[in-house]
Amino acid sequence: MSKLRDSFKKGEPAVLLTAAGLAAALLLLGGMVVLVAVSGLGVFWPKSLVQFETKTGKLLGEVMAETIAEPRPGFPGGPRFNLRVANRDIYAADFMWVNGFNVVGRTEPADAWVVERLEYGNFHGFLSEVRTPEGAMASSEAARTDAFDKAVAASEKDTKKGPEIVFTTADGKAVVIHAGAVVDAWQPNRMGTLARTGHYVAALWNFLTGNPRESNTEGGIWPALFGTCLMVLLMSVAVVPFGVMAAVYLHEYARQGVVVRLVRIAVSNLAGVPSIVFGLFGLGFFVYTIGGSIDRAFFSDSLPTPTFGTGGILWASLTLALLTLPVVIVATEEALAAVPHANREGALALGSTKWEMLRRVVLPNAMPGILTGMILAVARGAGEVAPLMLTGAVKLAPKMPFDADAPFFHLDRKFMHLGFHIYDLGFQSPNVEAAKPMVYATTLLLIIVVVALNVTAIVMRARLRKRLEGHAF
Amino acid sequence: MPMTAEGPISTTTPTRLDPLQPQRARPTDDPSAGGDAVKIDVRNVSFWYGASQALWDVSLKIPARKVTALIGPSGCGKSTLLRLLNRMNDLVPGARIGGTIALDGVDIHDRKTEVEILRRRVGMVFQKPNPFPKSIYENVAYGPRIQGIGDRARLDAIVEDSLRRGALWNEVKDRLDQSAIGMSGGQQQRLCIARALATAPEVLLMDEPCSALDPASTAKIEDLIHELRSSVTIAIVTHNMQQAARVSDFTAFMLVGKLLEHGPTEQIFTRPTKKETEDYVTGRFG
Repeated sequence: MSKLRDSFKKGEPAVLLTAAGLAAALLLLGGMVVLVAVSGLGVFWPKSLVQFETKTGKLLGEVMAETIAEPRPGFPGGPRFNLRVANRDIYAADFMWVNGFNVVGRTEPADAWVVERLEYGNFHGFLSEVRTPEGAMASSEAARTDAFDKAVAASEKDTKKGPEIVFTTADGKAVVIHAGAVVDAWQPNRMGTLARTGHYVAALWNFLTGNPRESNTEGGIWPALFGTCLMVLLMSVAVVPFGVMAAVYLHEYARQGVVVRLVRIAVSNLAGVPSIVFGLFGLGFFVYTIGGSIDRAFFSDSLPTPTFGTGGILWASLTLALLTLPVVIVATEEALAAVPHANREGALALGSTKWEMLRRVVLPNAMPGILTGMILAVARGAGEVAPLMLTGAVKLAPKMPFDADAPFFHLDRKFMHLGFHIYDLGFQSPNVEAAKPMVYATTLLLIIVVVALNVTAIVMRARLRKRLEGHAF
Repeated sequence: MPMTAEGPISTTTPTRLDPLQPQRARPTDDPSAGGDAVKIDVRNVSFWYGASQALWDVSLKIPARKVTALIGPSGCGKSTLLRLLNRMNDLVPGARIGGTIALDGVDIHDRKTEVEILRRRVGMVFQKPNPFPKSIYENVAYGPRIQGIGDRARLDAIVEDSLRRGALWNEVKDRLDQSAIGMSGGQQQRLCIARALATAPEVLLMDEPCSALDPASTAKIEDLIHELRSSVTIAIVTHNMQQAARVSDFTAFMLVGKLLEHGPTEQIFTRPTKKETEDYVTGRFG
């Protein structure tokens, strides 16, 4: 009994409890990252095509998952396979469940094709005829493949252009695809690990640099990636100088008293305001009031079509800057407070004015702390979606906010954003199930972008700290 | 004269490097300070931190080009008095001063006295070395730079001269671009002295400059004070009786905010007129 009391006195249960808390937090975070990473990274890997021969017909697809079903009356249970059968235009659904007890045979036919099409998603099936002079001559499968590759390479990318290619599905239906509609085609069952890796890298590259297709569920996400990075950059450019100026006044110049304390409390509380409120404010103030005034003053020719009086990347960035301002102010104030008093006195004793002391000693000293504020602001801003929906992020932006047309930066333009893209793919697309792989891939990318932006700032801060702390002689 | 580890310390005579500095009035002669010219004249100064009084009616004449030591037990107000001389206590909220402090006969609290100019003329070295987290060169060049000296050759000359006067040049001349934070405590303190000398001050205030240093570094700083005395008026606060005896020409003894006794160091240490002074310098209390 006394042993137990002793253990409590020493705080052993407290150690266990706190350790359990940390473990739970790490487990949840790790689980999320692993789930997103595994699902996201696996999207572009060319899986083998498996042909199931069932009692009702043949199905060709990628096995996405295997589960064991519990038997119940009238249903024997056993293994079930989630098959990505593609061929949306024929089966209406991208995924099908196959019950193990229905399966008669399972093969991986070497001549099975995956065709990525401009429309209707992927196609799984077998190449049966290429309607070109060369294709008509082809007698072997290799010759047909050759003719197919040539026809695709020679065709303009358009669903209705190029020679007709006839494919057959696993259950024997003939499907005609124009060569121009083929984005990419491969035979996964013939590919070794090396070839698959090559295909994976190429697919990943296309994902990063390509434009979205098919209501964003296919193709790349380049505009969203670019829009996210540009918006975060603009936000940082706006929020850091303002936040630092405000913090310097608050900490260095303002007479410390009730008013300053109230201001400080207000600023801290501002950080807790829901982001949609900032979005509404951004819409009302930046878009309608300021943007509207700019339109009336400078773009009255094009009214009633708004130029700045509608959502755009500038207004979205400024709204997020407002949202992250408290973070920067609080971090900068802490950094200023952490500058040793001895350094301030040293500067003043040499005849500096207060401003010279601030500029030459205090602010350089506080720079790592200010960068911490920027890191936190970026981390918060890059993942924010709700205010962007009101102030300029769109499902599909016809033009990028930065391009070759003078004046190159088009801050009035609407833009795409990875966070909004995820929402759009996962909840707004016509075929949510088919978009699932893209949701994972985009989510992973957004996490990587946020981490990369943070790491950049952290490296900058580490360099600065090293310079400030010096190195031992 | 003791030798420093790397040879005799520099004995270059000080040169006025900064012609921007205005010509000073000649120090007034005052017989009460042993016939020496008075550089700083503290008259009937009382000082309050908010409601609590720290100094009571202190009067002290600090003679030019001599070393004046302020001694006394902790909390006696010697640092407060020192910090009044270059108005560092202006920074303390709620601080209040009575009486006058004159530098070369001009009241330093006069509205025409700019505090930045005053602090250039009256430099300060603090208890703990406080180099800026910049390179050695930039630390020393800080003062001249804020005075608007941007010419590289001129800055180089000032930096070298100041580091020589701070007895640091030989140790750091090959690594001026390295961070000052990596230096040893003693080197940092000499750097702070060199940094203060770079603004060509007429007075140097030292607030227990050796209290954070080891004996070897302390010896170097004391040698340095001997060197500097020919060109700069020095006021030094110290807890170390032997140090006061070694480095100072005049000593002022303070107790609970009052100046009890002031005179030539030899006299204070050998024939003090007050009992408290004798008790303190002989180590009976303090």
